[in-house]
Amino acid sequence: MALVKLRNVSKIYHLGGEEIRALDDVSLDIQAGEFISIIGPSGSGKSTLMHILGCLDTPTRGTIQLDGVMIHDASSRQLAGIRNQKIGFVFQFFNLLPKLSVLQNVELPMVYSGLPNRERKNRALDALKLVGLENRSKHRPLQLSGGQQQRVAIARALVNNPKIVFADEPTGNLDSHTGHAILELFRKLSQEGRTIALVTHDPDIAAVTPRRIEIRDGKIAKQLDPKLAGLCPV
Amino acid sequence: MDILNAISIGFKEIWAHKFRSLLTMLGIILGVSSLVAMSALVKGMENGMKEALIAIGGLEKVRVEEQDIPAHQRHLEDQAVGCTVHDVYALRRSAPLIKLVAPEMRVSPGGGWGGRSSTLITHGTRTLRERANLIGTWPSALEMNQHVLEHGRMFNEIDDENAWNVCVIGTSIRDQLFGSPEEVGQEIVPIGEYININNQPFRVIGLFQHYEGEQERKLRELEKDQPKQVQTGPERRRGWGSSRGGQNSWVYSMKNSTIYIPLNTMWIKFRSGGSGTNSIPDPRLSSLYIKVADIEMLEPALQQAKNVMMHTHKGIEDFSFQTQENWSENITTAIRNARMSGGFIAAISLLVGGIGIMNIMLASITERIREIGIRKAIGATHVDVFIQILIESVVIALIGGLAGLVTSYGLVNVLTVLSPTENTPVITVNSMALAFAFSALVGVLAGLVPAFKAAKLDPIQALRYE
Repeated sequence: MALVKLRNVSKIYHLGGEEIRALDDVSLDIQAGEFISIIGPSGSGKSTLMHILGCLDTPTRGTIQLDGVMIHDASSRQLAGIRNQKIGFVFQFFNLLPKLSVLQNVELPMVYSGLPNRERKNRALDALKLVGLENRSKHRPLQLSGGQQQRVAIARALVNNPKIVFADEPTGNLDSHTGHAILELFRKLSQEGRTIALVTHDPDIAAVTPRRIEIRDGKIAKQLDPKLAGLCPV
Repeated sequence: MDILNAISIGFKEIWAHKFRSLLTMLGIILGVSSLVAMSALVKGMENGMKEALIAIGGLEKVRVEEQDIPAHQRHLEDQAVGCTVHDVYALRRSAPLIKLVAPEMRVSPGGGWGGRSSTLITHGTRTLRERANLIGTWPSALEMNQHVLEHGRMFNEIDDENAWNVCVIGTSIRDQLFGSPEEVGQEIVPIGEYININNQPFRVIGLFQHYEGEQERKLRELEKDQPKQVQTGPERRRGWGSSRGGQNSWVYSMKNSTIYIPLNTMWIKFRSGGSGTNSIPDPRLSSLYIKVADIEMLEPALQQAKNVMMHTHKGIEDFSFQTQENWSENITTAIRNARMSGGFIAAISLLVGGIGIMNIMLASITERIREIGIRKAIGATHVDVFIQILIESVVIALIGGLAGLVTSYGLVNVLTVLSPTENTPVITVNSMALAFAFSALVGVLAGLVPAFKAAKLDPIQALRYE
């Protein structure tokens, strides 16, 4: 069974009487362990799609199933719990809390899931080891380079062992060299069996993922799926 | 998220903006310290007033006064005897609700304080300059007027029966006739000495303790350490209207200038026209004090006293009762007014402090919209964010409250220096607890709106916020 199941999802905004369809009748499945990218120019609706997939937003119409649970009409409290337990986010601007140390930043998701102190620390250190920054745990985020900050953000996204990680333009704020290193890290994580969705406007970045979904005007315009290669250009 | 974590975040936020937090706390500090200081001042005032009320005999003491005969009994005027010692015996015998009866007889009937003009009190070359409170009475007056003997003894029934020339005096009389401790350098105990009252020798058998309010005690202790001021120019005394001490000090100075002699001595030696003529001495008492056994039973006790006295007065109502209730009520009203106005001012400053906190919390969450968005994205619920902001606000208020409690000591001292009152302010634990509880309440109330605003932030908008 698919990890994520989107069926006929629409998101409609009303802006001064005008109806804007940010997402228009989108259906999509993501299998566990997949490494996919969602591509599209700005304004295409890819961010909206990611927000809905990431439980930050709810669709106007349609149904979403995540890990066997229907979430399209969940309460904000339930969504917060799902974000905490099943989803990891990596953002373009890293979004680390500057006043907390690297370790505390990584611990933060576990603070909200109510884990005891000692376990929080152990798991955060493990996650930092995974991204190669275990010796930077006492530093503040601003004392690190951009690439290192993004690694911390990835460690934070992974620390609660989420079902799926969303990365929104994770290399957008990095030079191409560090950007490639980050993409390499994602590829490695994917090979370890994690489900990762990259959201980007750059086809070169999307090229690292086997499966690519192109969004245009709120609809899936093109889909490249290695399993269905050649059969389904959509 | 657990509370401890939220508290530590609160402390971190405060520490990250030390100066801003200090300014914010200042409102609470001032509010709490002014609340504590105000209630300390009022408490001091209350203590002083109650002390004076107790010094004069307490609420249980009731004065029986002579009164004009009511109109419908006017024709019986020549039958009216006034208050005599018979009333005292009758009250003692037949009014069980009355614990104590003390008659008082002064030199001239109906006169207030024994004036210098009518009474000449001397010892050797010294003459009593100020007014004395010369009273002929029973030993029961000791308990009635809350007198405490420092030296010697009170006269007893035998002294009274034999109308012996003995007296018990207050410290003010001693100071004037024998010299005060400040003057002489040591305390003189004039027991066994003789003083002359209207040229009749009286043996001093007892000396009362020195009565004074708290402020006077402090002033005296202060003066002890300082060299005595050298008086220049002609000797002068300050009028006793401007005597040191406050509004209640007349109670103490009146008690200090007491001279008690036995009732019979007074009656025989001073009421009989002075030089032993055969005229019958005036048996009327100047006043009569009764003390009820239980203040709760004041009404029935007074009724009982009235019944007894109506009997001895042959049905002529030429007396009335004067209680201290008015005074007590005045104290209560004064305290309540002071408390209300002081509390109002302190409440306003606490309110201002609360507004300051709300303001700073609103600014703080605007600065931290992105942080709130991040926290929500990784799983903070509405409630988590709400509690976090609320706790930050409460932490500021509580730190301010604690600092305010510390400051209140200083504030009380400053107030005492700036405007000395007759009573020492008393900082009570109750007022401190109340002020601290109020600061916590202000913290909660001030945090509600910012916390609610933060909790309902949309994570997507918050993450996009620059």
